[in-house]
Amino acid sequence: MTAVDLRMAQRPNAPMTTYRYDEYDAAFVRERVAEFREQVRRRLSGALTEEEFRPFRLMNGLYLQLHAYMLRVAIPYGTLTARQMRRLADIADQWDKGYGHFTTRQNLQYNWPKLVDTPDIMEALADVEMHAIQTSGNCIRNVTADHFAGVAPDEIEDPRPTAEFLRQWSSLHPEFSFLPRKFKIAVTGAEHDRAAIMVHDVGLRIVKNDKSQIGYQVVVGGGLGRSPFIGKVVGDFVPREDLLAFLEAIMRVYNRFGRRDNKFKARIKILVHEKGIEEIRAAVEAEFAAMDRSVFSHDPAEFERIAAFFAPPPYETLPAASSAMGAAKLETPAFANFVDVNVSAHKIPGYAIVTVSLKPIGGVPGDATSEQMRVLADASERFGFGELRVSHEQNIILPHVKQDDLFALWRMLDAAGLATANAGLVSDIISCPGLDYCALATARSIPIAQAISKRFSDMSRQRRIGKLGIKISGCINACGHHHVGAIGILGLEKKGQESYQITLGGDPTFSASIGEILGPGVTAEQAPDVIEHLVDFYLAERQEGEAFIDTWRRLGHSRFKDVLRREGEDGADI
Amino acid sequence: MAAFKHPQILIASNLTDGEVVFLGPLGWERDHRRARVAQNAEEAAALEALGKRDISANRVVDVYLADVEIGKDGAPTPLHYRERMRVRGPSVRLDLGKQAAASGGAP
Repeated sequence: MTAVDLRMAQRPNAPMTTYRYDEYDAAFVRERVAEFREQVRRRLSGALTEEEFRPFRLMNGLYLQLHAYMLRVAIPYGTLTARQMRRLADIADQWDKGYGHFTTRQNLQYNWPKLVDTPDIMEALADVEMHAIQTSGNCIRNVTADHFAGVAPDEIEDPRPTAEFLRQWSSLHPEFSFLPRKFKIAVTGAEHDRAAIMVHDVGLRIVKNDKSQIGYQVVVGGGLGRSPFIGKVVGDFVPREDLLAFLEAIMRVYNRFGRRDNKFKARIKILVHEKGIEEIRAAVEAEFAAMDRSVFSHDPAEFERIAAFFAPPPYETLPAASSAMGAAKLETPAFANFVDVNVSAHKIPGYAIVTVSLKPIGGVPGDATSEQMRVLADASERFGFGELRVSHEQNIILPHVKQDDLFALWRMLDAAGLATANAGLVSDIISCPGLDYCALATARSIPIAQAISKRFSDMSRQRRIGKLGIKISGCINACGHHHVGAIGILGLEKKGQESYQITLGGDPTFSASIGEILGPGVTAEQAPDVIEHLVDFYLAERQEGEAFIDTWRRLGHSRFKDVLRREGEDGADI
Repeated sequence: MAAFKHPQILIASNLTDGEVVFLGPLGWERDHRRARVAQNAEEAAALEALGKRDISANRVVDVYLADVEIGKDGAPTPLHYRERMRVRGPSVRLDLGKQAAASGGAP
């Protein structure tokens, strides 16, 4: 593959809806690939030991997992072009096993790359302005954002220019390349949080003050993992011109006071928890006041230059509702269900946001075959200005689809096994790779997701249950976000066996909450039964308009615990 | 050194492709059934020494001993489910890799 591969060329008439590398970006990424190629050569020759090489490979997103190496490719704020998606498919075919796994951090992981091939893979990524830098290590990781960015009706401002600004600021930042631990930032510009900003090291919420000026509410110290915490507001309204300096001040406070003596207490959430938000806020404000802010001074022209990359595509002027879509819904119930469940309102009349579920019944959450990736790329070009998004829920978003085109798109997706109408429903399960792939995992998570998905395979039953987030992690590191699942499942080892701890009441949105443990762990075989009992109890008890989390909050945790206790007494052995 | 309680085999990851390998009589094997089995602490120490030698020779990484039980066919099976997973491959995508061979390719 080369940069002049015509098949990979950007369509000449494609609108620019995503950031494009400038000469500096392109040269930097190429240099990094060349550097890594040399590091791999030295490792294979024995000039570098594994201890010496390990930090280098991790800085480039290359892990050694349970069965093979794993390469984590950064997808900045989850935005992809059709050209990039095709390249990901080609890499999967040429150097992996024909599939990839979209993650809860809007990245893509290849599970089977060979070390000897990774420099070529990175070269192929660089061809399409992608890389794997800072997808591992104690640095600022890939900045994530609302996957409906730029198209959501509830949006104050598109968060992607801010996210790109932060990506450039944080990439190879010399002060922040060796932080106490990894650091994750998420940005949303909407009234509803689709980016889980309350459980990130720093969460940014774009807000307007009473003078209609744009600024940021800055949340710090959120996180999942071994010790879950909801973030706390450290800055109520940080003007745009102060954002970088304010974040720099947070990072300096963390870098100075964050614990390096204990890996499990090194995240900023522990610092915020131990010191208290008032002390952290005072330290940040003191640093902000004392620092030379001139080097971080806001350059409106540069921000506007970046924002211009995310300009809206050339939408047509259309009626608010498509009669063609309405007619197709009447004729084809499966399409009607797809529209009702997987299609969201768009800020432009006549357009829609489409969530393509990567959660077929019994499938592996987040996995897509290379052929499916190509179908998605084709679909985005044919129906959506060549743009795609990856959601932290491990689905793919087509953000600009004409309602008139939805039926044709649905047929295309359906033929590729990509039309499962379950976005946000009980089978739209977030799951980490778990012990099927991950060296850190203590139990499998994918088979649990598959079993629950199959248990609820009746789609009409799923629609009757309504929105319900099940999230599964295969270890305490919580990559599957189980703490913020309305139903969370954590895989652990108990007496040499896989055991699953269930939590209820988690919420990843602005009303964030950490789930509470239901009771003793259950076996893999029992897990679907337990989930089904909980869902049945919810259905029996819910009031009009209540989602699972609402009913749980109204009735209280003990009522749900009682359900399982009764089931156990009845001989269900739970 | 931990007390020797069970027969052991030496597991590692191959440096160039990262795949799981087992130390056999003639070198590193992809099939655990050909692994050398240590029956006592001295034999386990000898396996570990060979592992360290091959780390230095840049053949393998992440080398460690795993407890096994010996089946009727004489083949070792790890006692812990994590290592059994490494032997068999993922329990998903049964159409691919060594898990396909183990499962007969059933999806």
